[in-house]
Amino acid sequence: MRRRTGHTEDKRAERTLGALAVALLLLIGGMIVTVFVNAWPSFSSNGLSWFGPGGDVDTQLRAMQESTPLPGHSIEYFRAWPLIWGTLLTTVLAVVLALFVSTLAAVFLTEFAPQPVRRILEPVIRLLAGVPSVVYGLIGILALAPFINHHWISTSRKQSVAYVVQLNGADLTTATVILAVMITPIMVALIAGALASVPLPWREGSAALGVNRWRTIVRVSLRTARPAIVAATVLATARALGEAIMLAMVAGGRGFAANPLDGLTFLFEPVRPLAATIVQEQEGLSIAPLAHTIYAIAAVLLVSAALLSFAGWAAKQPLKRYGIRA
Amino acid sequence: MDGAALLGTPKPAPRAGAVVRPKRQGTSAWPLIDRIGYWLCWATGIALCLIVLWIVVYMMIKGIGYLRPALFVEHPAASLQQSKSGGFLDPIEGTLIITAIGTLIAAPTGIGIAVWLSEYARPAPLARAVESAVDVIAGVPSVVLAIFGLLVFSESFLGFLSEHAANGTVYGRSFFAAGIVMALLALPLIVGSTREALSQVPDRVREASYALGKSRASTIRCVLLPSIRPDVASGIALGMGRIIGDTAIITILLGQTLTTQAVGGTPVLGLLRGTGSTLTSYVFYNSPAGEGNSPQKAYAAAFVLLVIVLLLNALVTALTGGRRLDRLGIGARLSLIGRSFPWIP
Repeated sequence: MRRRTGHTEDKRAERTLGALAVALLLLIGGMIVTVFVNAWPSFSSNGLSWFGPGGDVDTQLRAMQESTPLPGHSIEYFRAWPLIWGTLLTTVLAVVLALFVSTLAAVFLTEFAPQPVRRILEPVIRLLAGVPSVVYGLIGILALAPFINHHWISTSRKQSVAYVVQLNGADLTTATVILAVMITPIMVALIAGALASVPLPWREGSAALGVNRWRTIVRVSLRTARPAIVAATVLATARALGEAIMLAMVAGGRGFAANPLDGLTFLFEPVRPLAATIVQEQEGLSIAPLAHTIYAIAAVLLVSAALLSFAGWAAKQPLKRYGIRA
Repeated sequence: MDGAALLGTPKPAPRAGAVVRPKRQGTSAWPLIDRIGYWLCWATGIALCLIVLWIVVYMMIKGIGYLRPALFVEHPAASLQQSKSGGFLDPIEGTLIITAIGTLIAAPTGIGIAVWLSEYARPAPLARAVESAVDVIAGVPSVVLAIFGLLVFSESFLGFLSEHAANGTVYGRSFFAAGIVMALLALPLIVGSTREALSQVPDRVREASYALGKSRASTIRCVLLPSIRPDVASGIALGMGRIIGDTAIITILLGQTLTTQAVGGTPVLGLLRGTGSTLTSYVFYNSPAGEGNSPQKAYAAAFVLLVIVLLLNALVTALTGGRRLDRLGIGARLSLIGRSFPWIP
């Protein structure tokens, strides 16, 4: 082979790799544009009421699938509020639950756990992160949902709402608990990373002033790691928002806006989050109005995920000021 | 702090870099609220272990209980009777094919992009844009990637990658389609671990290579990439884990046929253009949420899936190396395997 001069070879390598990177950029740009273009008919015919409440969302989706418009409405008629509400409920409840668990777990892991316990707990958390979501869904629908159905939901509670919705254990509680288990590892990893990188002298200073270990952790370590905790929360929210398969399996799949005014029954009402709806309605991607609606849902998810990614990045910036990489 | 330890015999100086932990101090002197916090920490840690133990034991009992050697060699069949619905030979093949396609595309692309980002990255604004594009992929829910993929692969000029219907419409669902979109899913993990590793290579290594008259390109090829091989490999293993575990892309882009359905007569190409299933979509199909609804099969397949993930997990640990693992920060250590961890630098 003829020896090329290093310079030409270099230029070619840079161009090739650069082209690869630009292709990726174009692909992502193309994705965002395509999803929005396909979503536009749904948004434009519903306007901002797309996000609002109005009627039974399941009926609207079925009408689109059967190409028979609901009486008095166009075929694109869609009010996503029950789905959005379902997403908000599962996401917020799961993130709040996971926030408590993972902060405590991260503190335990970095501060209190003896070496042998830590050696067990670290792989345990990694395993928790590695379990595929369909396995979580399977456990939820075959173990947790029947358990909740039999032991937590009384017959009288079922009868009290029987004329509106059936309670069968595939509900808000199951979805929230499993979702919390799924996002805990990410949050533990981020928070523990930040806690471990709090400069030792800061903690020693606190200890030297006679502050006990717990207060030192709360007042010094956790406070320093606060940006990481915010970032962990934001990123876990993005993860919870995008979870589709597990929620499609355990959340009940009923476009029902669970009502907090129902008291405790509220926790046992089925929900239908946005991402799960895409999976459940995917058969309808060949039917134009339904496809537009599905792409509109995807567009909402895409925007939220991008915003949350950015927020997570922004939340971590203050840590850099302390010279902490987390 | 322990008063006696402070005033009494001086402690031996700790090794440099070792974490200095104060001698455990009894909690009995703490205020009640602090003690509650302390015990809550212990309770959470143990509870997490118990949850994982329960998941593993539960899946093992259910999975091994329903696992028969025959399941691995029988083709699945649509039947409401669990004794007649066959095994999961096709899903296992499907998982292998999808993982192979995804990895084969994602690995070179990911390494290339990572090298460009760390070694060239000119012009700077473009590099930043590419960086955020990688972040966007990492953050986008896989369902969104899946339905985007369906749009793309239903275009007529990509018809050669899936099935052509008689009326000219392109089906858009095939092993090719699913595998290519899966590559996007694995990409951020590979880019992330390659970049991280490249940034760890000291500059003097590059300078030494330049001083010997090597060009940048050959420095990358002959010096940098060989030196970060284990990290690249663990990134690829992470990506494979993510591909194996994803269900949304499979259910939307692989066509949800239980058995592998080749298109046309061409041996390999026809298979890849055809539809099929993987272990994840098989579990989904056989769960009460799917159409098959035969929990025994779902449990057995989910157990196999879990074992594969565990093995990959072990592989990543082995690749990263026990000793090197200890040097990593706790966050990096925890993030070694996980579907949404590319965010962690």
